[in-house]
Amino acid sequence: MLDNHLLWLIKGGRVLDPSQGLDQVGNILVKDGKVAWIKKHGAATSPPDNCHTLDAKGLIVCPGFIDLHCHLREPGYEDKETIATGTMAAARGGFTTVCAMPNTNPPLDNGPTVEFVKRKAQEEGVVRVIPVGCITKGRLGNQMAEMAELARAGVVGFSDDGSPLADSNIMRSALSYSRSLGLPIINHCEDPDLFRGGAMNEGWVSTRLGLKGIPTTAEATMASRDIALAELTGGRLHLAHISTAASLERVRQAKEKGIRVTCEVTPHHLTMSEDWVLGNRGEGSPFPPLGAGAYNTMAKVNPPLRSREDVQAMIQGLREGIIDAIATDHAPHSHVDKLCTFDEAAFGISVLETALGSLMTLVHGGSLPLPTLIARLTWAPAQLIGSDLGTLKDGSPADITILDPDAPWVVDTSQFASKGKNTPLEGATLKGKVMATMVAGTFRYRDDKLKMEQADG
Amino acid sequence: MIKARELAKPQAQSGHTQPAKGGRRHLLDLDDLSRAEIETLLSTAKTMQEVLHRDIKKVPTLRGKTIITLFYEASTRTRVSFEQAGKVLSADVINVSSSGSSVEKGESLYNTAKTLQAMNADIIVIRHPHSGAPYLMSHFLDSCVINAGDGSHAHPTQALLDLYTLQQHLGTVEGLKVVMVGDILYSRVARSNLWGLTKMGAQVVLCGPLTLIPLDFLTAYRNREGHPFASIEVETNVERALEGADAVMVLRLQRERQQAGHLPSLREYSQVYGINQKRLALAKPNVLVLHPGPMNEGIEIDPEVAHGAHSVIEEQVNNGVAVRMAVLYQLATPSREGS
Repeated sequence: MLDNHLLWLIKGGRVLDPSQGLDQVGNILVKDGKVAWIKKHGAATSPPDNCHTLDAKGLIVCPGFIDLHCHLREPGYEDKETIATGTMAAARGGFTTVCAMPNTNPPLDNGPTVEFVKRKAQEEGVVRVIPVGCITKGRLGNQMAEMAELARAGVVGFSDDGSPLADSNIMRSALSYSRSLGLPIINHCEDPDLFRGGAMNEGWVSTRLGLKGIPTTAEATMASRDIALAELTGGRLHLAHISTAASLERVRQAKEKGIRVTCEVTPHHLTMSEDWVLGNRGEGSPFPPLGAGAYNTMAKVNPPLRSREDVQAMIQGLREGIIDAIATDHAPHSHVDKLCTFDEAAFGISVLETALGSLMTLVHGGSLPLPTLIARLTWAPAQLIGSDLGTLKDGSPADITILDPDAPWVVDTSQFASKGKNTPLEGATLKGKVMATMVAGTFRYRDDKLKMEQADG
Repeated sequence: MIKARELAKPQAQSGHTQPAKGGRRHLLDLDDLSRAEIETLLSTAKTMQEVLHRDIKKVPTLRGKTIITLFYEASTRTRVSFEQAGKVLSADVINVSSSGSSVEKGESLYNTAKTLQAMNADIIVIRHPHSGAPYLMSHFLDSCVINAGDGSHAHPTQALLDLYTLQQHLGTVEGLKVVMVGDILYSRVARSNLWGLTKMGAQVVLCGPLTLIPLDFLTAYRNREGHPFASIEVETNVERALEGADAVMVLRLQRERQQAGHLPSLREYSQVYGINQKRLALAKPNVLVLHPGPMNEGIEIDPEVAHGAHSVIEEQVNNGVAVRMAVLYQLATPSREGS
């Protein structure tokens, strides 16, 4: 088999590894599933015999992306996604590790359910899957889950994602209890009372469309509470998918005070504004006539797409490092979930396969340096989950993503590996494409255009 | 919104019920109607009103056309007036309500649209509790779609009949001071009237408790270049709002607003914002009082005002038939549009 050959030389690519501040044209030797060495291009290297070669000239070679936040839907919602299809989508998107959120059915609130996901991932998954466990039993928000058992089973953190943990006392306990386990509490920051029945960001667009608005304050007040509780308990807090300038400001202040808080942002909150609900792509006047694409359910997501100003603040926060990592919040849904009125539609966007392409618009537009983007997709999330992944240091697992930063491609959901075709990017032309994804030395996705040379014999 | 059909499906192009090529249009809101288009509809409505005053209220204009009214929400005046408008124009009108239809069996709006598509109706009139439902229908149907009220979004024929009523009494809408009082936040009537009134050159004042006014109307956002409602005013004091008003549109106050925490009580709302004779005296002597109905007499409007000399509320109902005839006529016979 070509793809799981034991010796690979990835030759002549721009090796970009933020974990070691590396950005140079070079060659990488992969041996036995690990990075054997990286050598500057042109340096006298003699690749070992029986070594396959991949020509990466003109391409970027970087550590495999790590997604802190995705929904694989299994067990329970296999019509939306499975571990098999979700991890295939991840591989196509350049992700070599995904953290699976526990809002499945049953939810991952005990050891055996976590073991199930891990076993299934081993049998059917094509990238690494690390489960996140629930904070509370049944995700009901009133009693802590058995976090020590979950930790033993290998979860990387705790979250009731999809629902905010509203009870401040349980949140306090969870932050306190998880401290000794060394794992973060990941809260979906949203005040349920302020959210009540909301469908999109509150503002001119919601006023115009007559849709119930979700104020930015719903996120910011919950972020404030969580930060205060993290300060009180000394626990580790990670804020999932933040979307507003207001909560970003609170994170900035908390970090300055030395409170243990980290946060993530999604590709869509970095690249799409609430205008997308009107059916346009956020360009031009914010006051266009309503076209046939108005009430675009594909742009319904929680947290909602925010104002253009919030999007700019997110980009700045990411650049400055106030936002630690990019996480997809990949939320696949079936057609039926989206083929309905906006109020009835499910929240969520299928992100894994478009993440890099849409994020590259920030690089091409000059608002985010490429090394920063790669860092927020690799080394930064690796540090948050305390793993040895996200780096190309000698001896590390050979999780490698190869991408063409300039290749244009058209989003065609019929070609998605994910069952979730729910993206407002259908038909869009993106510039920046994943060409290959290697997990532990084995190619899990490879574009046909890549040039390979097989070893003799 | 009236828009040209873009998604013409070849298999649906045959059959005698198809209107002239290129003439497919919907009425989804007033936001992208030009002032001239609105004026054409209003003058057509005037012609239609004459038909309604005849002994035999029947003209053959839409003979052979099928209109389906699809109501997912309770309605008296809107549904009946669409039905009457269609019948006076000799169309075949079929009424479907959510109870007693497949909707009760859980049929999705999309599948209902597909079913109606197969029936090849010329015009679908839809009322739905969710904002945007008529847009979804228009996306999948070759029929003309008329929005008869969707969620908190729009109610374009109500706004047209309000404009018609104002014009009938005051000659023009241009330059009138029109005060809308009440639940602006959730009102589809207010939204469509905002488009209609501003396009026709009225000076609009919104009045109500701040909990029932969209937040973005209260911020500097409204000063942004190109904002369609840059010229409106917001006034929380109803007496000040009414000073010198040519017309006051009283909006229905849903009792749910109190439960949702927008108001302390209906009693207090009535005391602070209810339109009574004393308050009305602050407006111009010939002020008109409009209400889209159904009214909560004693809450947003005093019975004396509702049935008093300034009230044109019953005329609104009558005008509603003429305006809906004009809309049906314009959509079903596009070749004559604008003439």
